[in-house]
This record gives sequence, structure tokens and C-alpha cells, in this order.
Amino acid sequence: MTTAPAAAPAETPSGSGPWRLARAELRRRTSVKVSLAVVALFLLMAAGAPLLSSLGGHAPDAFDKTAVDPYLGGRPLGPLGGVSPRHWLGVEPVTGRDLFARVVHGAQVSLLIALTATAIVVAVGTAAGIAAGYFGGRTDAVLSRLMDLTMSFPSLIFMIAMLSVARDVNRIVLMTAVIGLFGWPGIARVVRGQTLSLKHREYVDAARLAGAGPWRVLTRAVLPGVTGPVIAYTTLLVPGMIATEAALSYLGVGVRPPTPSWGQMIAESVAFYDTDPMYFVIPSTCLFLTVLAFTLLGDALRDVLDPRSARA
Amino acid sequence: MIPYLGRRLLAVASVLVAVAAVTFTIFYVLPSDPAAAACGKSCSVERLAAIRAHMGLDQPLWRQFADFVTGIFTGRTMGSGRYALHCAFPCLGYSYENSEAVWDLLMDRLPVSASLALGAAVLWLVLGLGAGVTAALRKDTLTDRALMTGAVAAASLPVYFTSMMLIYGLVRTAGLLAYPQYVPLTGDPVRWASNLLLPWLALAVLYAAMYARQSRSSMIETMAEPYIRTARAKGLPRRTVVVKHGLRAGMTPVLTLFGMDLGGLLAGAVITESIFGLPGIGRLFYGALSTGDQPVILGVTLLAAAFIVVANLAVDLLYAVVDPRVRY
Repeated sequence: MTTAPAAAPAETPSGSGPWRLARAELRRRTSVKVSLAVVALFLLMAAGAPLLSSLGGHAPDAFDKTAVDPYLGGRPLGPLGGVSPRHWLGVEPVTGRDLFARVVHGAQVSLLIALTATAIVVAVGTAAGIAAGYFGGRTDAVLSRLMDLTMSFPSLIFMIAMLSVARDVNRIVLMTAVIGLFGWPGIARVVRGQTLSLKHREYVDAARLAGAGPWRVLTRAVLPGVTGPVIAYTTLLVPGMIATEAALSYLGVGVRPPTPSWGQMIAESVAFYDTDPMYFVIPSTCLFLTVLAFTLLGDALRDVLDPRSARA
Repeated sequence: MIPYLGRRLLAVASVLVAVAAVTFTIFYVLPSDPAAAACGKSCSVERLAAIRAHMGLDQPLWRQFADFVTGIFTGRTMGSGRYALHCAFPCLGYSYENSEAVWDLLMDRLPVSASLALGAAVLWLVLGLGAGVTAALRKDTLTDRALMTGAVAAASLPVYFTSMMLIYGLVRTAGLLAYPQYVPLTGDPVRWASNLLLPWLALAVLYAAMYARQSRSSMIETMAEPYIRTARAKGLPRRTVVVKHGLRAGMTPVLTLFGMDLGGLLAGAVITESIFGLPGIGRLFYGALSTGDQPVILGVTLLAAAFIVVANLAVDLLYAVVDPRVRY
């Protein structure tokens, strides 16, 4: 089942529709503005990675031996880990690869995996949740057992194991699939609960009595009712996905070098934390800011769109 | 209560069998021949065949799986004739790397992982619940905002980041603590605790932040319930209302979270263990991965799953104790 786009709420002639109210409420909050700006910045950075790194003048995997000191174990020359007009955020020790180019390309990999995995999780979770809640009976029993089972899997251990077993596969696709595989039950439960409460509302019954088939009832009557909580939950899923991708790459089972990702950069920088702390600080800060911004945004969306769970 | 428990135990067993089946399929079907790996580089065809037979790899997959599961419950004899090897209950097979029984390896490492998880859990419960409940009771004040801002920020810190900061700050710069080295609890309790303090803190920061957020919202919700108003109206002291009436019911969602987290950490603190060099189950697993030691990988996965389902079951049973509204 494909998730239909959130059915556009008919423009209410007078007063404000729920989406309009939500937007107004969101616009009032400073945290939303700041976190939206940070998210937008990193998304732009990820999307424009090749452009940005060519502006900086370095490819992410181009060595620059002139930027490091061969007599001091490849320590970057210059202050703050080699920050200079040539290398805006300094360079990697030993290899002299440009940190700005690597961080920007790392954003691309990290966010691509996190966002795609989130999309998979949301599509599968919403479909499973609606089906379980609406059809009930055996469908519900089977899907709910499957959710319980997936949640009982030691997910991190399992992800590491699956990633280390598979060898000649596209790492980005594989990571997305593996991360997505364990994420769907959470959202499926939320949607299932919401669907159960919507199933026998008058307007849903009315749609059914008017002769609408299950597909139509689900996509036109039930799905719009669950969109609010789903949007909020989705935004709160993203930081977890980014952190998981980083953790897997940190452990060395994620994307393979020379493709940079934040987690992998942090793992490599740990060995130099004493001599070149900036190398550790830069990717860590990016990771921290992105996760923080998505969390704040998700909190705000939950408060506004899912008032039942947002007791604020 | 008894029929409920029976049903749940049955569910636990079936989940474990399913986890075992999935893990088994992935690790025995996908990668290259484990017999070839065990045999080494200069391996003759006959020797390879002998090893395959000894490992039971010449059997169909379902047969291997059935043998594996039976082995867990009754023990089994691996191989036959001259090479027969009895693997006692609970048999999880032998490591390809050093031929030790997987069960013994796991039990050897368990105290380290358990020390790490339990110590961190105590720390994060105290910190997280303390902050969360304080914030809930002082909702919309400066204290609330400060605590929650701190919690959101702390929840965004990956554990390896916190760990490195702690090592840098407390070990390298201030020299307050020694670099952690695991000392058994029975050997020297003081050094056990002081050496584990860093990894405990590193884990606790992340979880405490999540628990503070969860317990705040759940406390606010509970404190708005009519029965809390009733308790207040009866003239009960605020302390009694908060602790006896509010906290008990407000803690059920936190308890759910706790069961999952603790169960997951008992065998899954891979990152923390590898950063601090603690010889726990996570490290064992990580090592087994790099050498392709499938019996160990399978053993760790099963043990980790067992911890998760048992912890969840324990939590469900505890509900009845914590929340007087729950009955089975």
C-alpha cells in the first residue's frame, strides 16, 4: 500500500482550518524558527555538497600533504587543526583531506540514509498500523505479533551483525534497509491506536454507509485523521535515525571509506583527540546540532498536532 | 494471574525461537562456508568434508536448526566417532576461534556487562526521574525550562561523544579518575565502582535525559487526573499526594521504557564497552564479527533477545504492583 498524500483539507470558508491553526501556533515559537533554520541549513548543505566543496576548492577525498606536518606525525599545520583560507574548517591529520568538504559530503550521506529510512519506516508503519486497527481480527493479531517480535529483536546488535555479514552490496542502500527494518513497529502502534479510536466515529460510519469501499474509507476518512500524530512522530524519528546511522558508521560497519559520514569521521578522529581536538569537534557538532534541531522541531509539532499526547 | 503468566511465558519462548531462527538463517546461509573458515588457508578437501560433518553442516538447514534448539535445552553430542564432543546443557555450540563453549564465554563476560548496565541504570533513574518529576511539579517555571532544555540537549549527545568528553575532561585534563579498567565486584568493590564511574556516567547522561522528558510529561498528565484532586481535597499532605498517588501511576510509562532499555543494554552496550575497553558481551560480539565467529554471534544475539523479552515480561508483571488500576 502506498501512502496517499495527506488529503488536502477542504478550505473552510470561515474561520481557520486545523492546519492553519497549527501553522499559526508553530510560527509563534522561537524554538521552531531556530530549529527549522538549522534543519534547512543542513539539508541545503547536504543537497549542495558537490557545489559547496567545489567552492571550497577541495574534493572530499583529495589528499593535501602540504597542509600537514610530516615531522609531527601528520599534525595539521596552522591553528585550530589547520584552519586557513585554503581549508575553511582545517584538515584531517596525516592525510590532509579538507574537513569542510568531508563534513559537507558527510551530511549528504548521513541525512540521505536517515531520511530515506524514516520514509520507509513511516510508510510501512502507517500502512501496518491502519490495517491492524481498521480490519482488526486476524489481520490485527498477525500484525501485532509481528510488531512484538520485531521489537524483541536486539536491534543494534542485529543491525551490526547484518551489516557486517553482507559484503558486496551498496552500503547506503543496505544501511537504509537495515535501519528501516527495525523502526516500523513504533509508528505502527501509534497509528493502530489512533485508527481504533477513529474507526467508529460518525463520519467514518457515514462514509461506509454511503457505500465507500474499504480503500476509500481508509485513504479518505481514516488516513487524514492519523496524519497529525504521524507527522509529529516522524519528525521525532529522524534524530534517532541520524544517531543510529552515526553509531553504525562509528562502529565501522556503516558506509565504507573513502565515502565520508559523520559517525565514521568521529570514529577516525578519536585517535587524534589529544593532538587535534578540532578534528573531533567539527563532525560531533554537526551531528549534535542536527539531532537537536530535529528533536526540538518534533517536540513542537507533537505539541501542536497531537495534543492528546502533548500534555504541555 | 497464573494463566496470564503461562500465556506470557509461552510467548517469550516462541519469540526466542523466532529470533534464533532468523539469526540462524542469516548467519548460516548468507556468508561463506564456516567450515572453510574454521579449516584455515591450507585445507585439504577431505579435511574440509570432515569438518563439515563434524559441525553438522552436511545436514539440511532445518535439521541443523532443530539440533541447535535441542542442544540449548538438553545438551547434545556434536560430531561422531573419534571426534564426538559432548556439549552440555545449555549448549550454544563452540567458538570457531578458540573452541571454547559459547555459553561459558557469555557467562564469563556477563558480569562486566551487567555491572555496566545496572550501575548506569541506577544513576539514570535517579537523575532522570529526579529531574523529570521536579520539572513536572514546577511546570512552566524557570527550573522547568532549564531542566528540560538541558534534557533535550543531553538527549542529542551520542554516547561516544559524551564518553570522549568525559575522558578528556575527567581523565586527561583534571586527572580525577583513572582510565577505566574492569575490576570484579567481588575482588574490590571500591575500585569496581570507581573504575566503572566513567562508563556509567557516559551511558546515564543519554538515558537520564530521555527519562526526564518522559517522566515529566507522564507526571503532568497524572497530576491532572481527578483522583489526584480528590486526594488533595481530602486534605492529604502534598508529599503524600505526589509520592503515593501521583508517582505510582505516573511511573508506568517510564517502567515500560526502563524494561526495554535495561534489557537492551545488558547485552547491547557495544559502543560504550568498546570505547572504554570493558571486556563485556558487546566487546565479545564485536570481536566475533571481525573474525566471523558465527556460534558466538548467534549466542550473543539470542542472549540479548532473551534479556529483552524477559525484561519486558518482568515489567508487565510489575505493573500490577506499581499501578493499582492494573489487574491480570
